[in-house]
Amino acid sequence: MKKRRFDLKALPAAAGTEIDDRLHAAGPLRKLMNKVFPDHWSFLLGEIALWSFVILLLTGTFLTLFFDPSMEEVVYNGSYVPLRGVSMSRAFETSLNISFDVRGGLIMRQMHHWAALLFMAGIVVHMFRTFFTGAFRKPRELNWIVGVLLFWLGMVEGLFGYSLPDDALSGTGLRVMNAIVLSIPVIGSWSAWAGFGGEYPGTEIIPRFYTLHVLLIPAILVALVTVHLVLLLLQKHTQWPGPGRTNHNVVGERMVPRYAAKMGGFFLINFAVIAIMAGLFQINPIWIFGPYKAAVVSAGSQPDWYVMFLDGSARLFPAWEIRLWGYTVPPIFWPAVVLPGILTMLPIIYPFIEARRLKDKQSHNLLQRPRDVPNRTGLGAMAIAFYVVLVLSGGNDIIADQFNISLNATTWAGRIGLLLLPPIAYWVVYRICLGLQQHDREVLAHGVETGIIRRLPDGKFVEIHQPLGPVDEHGHSELEYAGWAVPKKMNRLGALVPTVRGFFFPVERPGRPAIGNGRRGDGSAPVSPAPQDRPELEEADRR
Amino acid sequence: MSDTFEEPAPAKHRSVDPQDENLSRFELVREGARRDGVEIVHYAPRFPIPGTKAERRVERTIALCFLLTGLFGLAFVVIFVAMKFAYTPGNNSAKYFTPLLGVTLGLALLGVGLGVIIWAKKLLPEEVAVEKRHLGGSDPDDKKIMGGQLVHIVDETGVTRRPLLKGALLLGLAPVGLAAIVLPVGGLIKDPHAGGDPLMNTGFDPKNNDGNPVPLVRENGTGIRPEDVSVGGQITAYPGIPDGATNKWADSPILLIHLREDDAQKARDNLARIPLNAPTASDPDGSMWENFVAYSKICTHLGCPASLYEQQTNRLLCPCHQSQFLITDNAKPIFGPATRRLPMLPIIVNDEGFFVARSDFGIPVGPAFWERP
Repeated sequence: MKKRRFDLKALPAAAGTEIDDRLHAAGPLRKLMNKVFPDHWSFLLGEIALWSFVILLLTGTFLTLFFDPSMEEVVYNGSYVPLRGVSMSRAFETSLNISFDVRGGLIMRQMHHWAALLFMAGIVVHMFRTFFTGAFRKPRELNWIVGVLLFWLGMVEGLFGYSLPDDALSGTGLRVMNAIVLSIPVIGSWSAWAGFGGEYPGTEIIPRFYTLHVLLIPAILVALVTVHLVLLLLQKHTQWPGPGRTNHNVVGERMVPRYAAKMGGFFLINFAVIAIMAGLFQINPIWIFGPYKAAVVSAGSQPDWYVMFLDGSARLFPAWEIRLWGYTVPPIFWPAVVLPGILTMLPIIYPFIEARRLKDKQSHNLLQRPRDVPNRTGLGAMAIAFYVVLVLSGGNDIIADQFNISLNATTWAGRIGLLLLPPIAYWVVYRICLGLQQHDREVLAHGVETGIIRRLPDGKFVEIHQPLGPVDEHGHSELEYAGWAVPKKMNRLGALVPTVRGFFFPVERPGRPAIGNGRRGDGSAPVSPAPQDRPELEEADRR
Repeated sequence: MSDTFEEPAPAKHRSVDPQDENLSRFELVREGARRDGVEIVHYAPRFPIPGTKAERRVERTIALCFLLTGLFGLAFVVIFVAMKFAYTPGNNSAKYFTPLLGVTLGLALLGVGLGVIIWAKKLLPEEVAVEKRHLGGSDPDDKKIMGGQLVHIVDETGVTRRPLLKGALLLGLAPVGLAAIVLPVGGLIKDPHAGGDPLMNTGFDPKNNDGNPVPLVRENGTGIRPEDVSVGGQITAYPGIPDGATNKWADSPILLIHLREDDAQKARDNLARIPLNAPTASDPDGSMWENFVAYSKICTHLGCPASLYEQQTNRLLCPCHQSQFLITDNAKPIFGPATRRLPMLPIIVNDEGFFVARSDFGIPVGPAFWERP
């Protein structure tokens, strides 16, 4: 019998064939790998949230191995000397143990917390990008709604997460949550009793939050993130306008290998930034706050940043209590229950409102520059102004303390600012958008300022403009605005860039084209043959 | 817009047979892309001549990144395993354990991340690919067939011409739907007013002390005498019952304040404004005892401890949302989001010289709720 020889070189092909015989994957896998992604820095913002979420899952799993969500009273006897002999809940004790007695536990805890902060920040800036560029328009309304839900769920997840250690700060937050639930008309006290299992604080809330925090909400988050990404793949990514880019195509690069490699690298850098932050910047030092006691609080009690806007709204809302037929609607009901409800619904229905207002039934795959839609950009600025006033008001005691301002004055500044600043922001941003539009048209008509001043025979001085296209007898171009950046500096037209690069010798090279991503050849998207048919060399590469 | 748009003519190319042995690998890749509706319109190596100085420089940079990753990764492992990290008070090397872990892990990850990205951006061939995108919904035939199929399913069940089944199904499913709500939620429901109506009472209710007045105690359970609180001073007190100072009685903590003479007089004059605190024939002092007042420490806004006592202005500030209460006027709210005064605990000094609560607060403590009287 002939001995079969093991051929290592043929192994990948053989394995591939065996797998494909069973899964029939060659075709679909190729389609996935050939998916074209357009590239722009602003498309990375959502990835920050995605990768932070991955890190949250990894670090969170580690933390569950050591955390015990029990509200049973124990006496601390761990290695953090200042708290020895203090009675506290088992949840707080195990949180201290993670910080002081588990090797590497503290950095895991801090990575988890920083990743959560970054997760929410990534979602927020990603939403800004999506909103201001009109990426939420048909056919992507559903994915926008999924994104809004991800924001709120992420916020609730974070809120539950930082309530778990049962330190003085989180206990105060729990008490506030209890009061907010109590404020709901008719069913308030029944809801609070259902959630907390009795009178505040009881012994059930932290175990319940734990189940929600590590099981139910992450499961929903994972499902929604999956839906978000699958919809992105199905509907294909939006792209900026540019040469060769239309509503009917995607111009970019195939997912594998370059795009996937960049994504993977970005994940690692995201991870690196979180690790460095977790090592160097202390976050939520629960051992300084101490265990939760109902009578104990410290000045400067702030929630995590993504909840601060609700804390701000609770601080600003005036003392308007409604008493009707012997029943009470506490003032907190409006800023802490009604306001979040409105803030959830408004972004969800915004795409439909805008489409209806503009009578727009088209599908849009090209993004809009914020300046080209001044009305939407103004509304966005309005929303941001509203939000920023609330966030700052969430820390008005710190502002009052640090800048030596009267505390009451900061509260009033917030109340007035909340009503006054959004319309001002709308107006200012609207005007800025119009100004930018006008300047684009001006450059298209007159050309780029060269900085070269010429003296005319009659003694007049004029600046020479470099036209961007063919000109008529007055030196005016008839170029159409294409919805994308207009070059406004000479080095965007191929003039030399300032010689600041190069270590020993200055590097003088033509500037990058204004259009595209700064990749050579991308701007004009020339059709070029395969590598073997391209013998010509580029001088720059031979340096 | 879509009316005037013309589909660009498909790029002309000879039909490619993937089984052709003479095809280059790139031609295979391009053919695959074409079959997926992707046209690679630009594809060029970054360094057409292999081994130029510029290329080798990029290679060296990437290699350096990976080597630094190895170095910092090793440093991370060594620090993690070998360094002493147990907490000891004072400034010592254990304090650097976490920062060093973070920096080494971060730099290790940064190295490999940067290396991969430089590799992708500087060494992998540049390309521009164009993928076709279909606007609007599915193919009209698909739409028509799907619609027909769905309506056909309804027809098959015959629901429209069998109203009895429809009605029976609805009637049958409704209770099941209710069960789906009752099953998970039902177990959570508890009557907030059962068991002595805890929303309305605190630990100072005499029923918690066998019907005797509940003493005011410190956190360690010791009683408080008037001479323990200096003039202008304050102390947090708890009900002197089992577990009275723990979170089990989270509504009960009070602030006992010894007012200065003139402030106390103001407070006494203002007591009459609130019937619950006002002096009566049987207690000429009202809820105060001499120059002492005791208010619930639980803020009426959201329940934080309103504990920042400003002695000069006699204001009590809640640090959570900055509600301010005027101590000399029944702790009425004078600034911020709180709407109601802090409940006052009627106090007296018993025969042994310790403070006791004459009764409970008489009104609910803490944040408001719908059925609050």
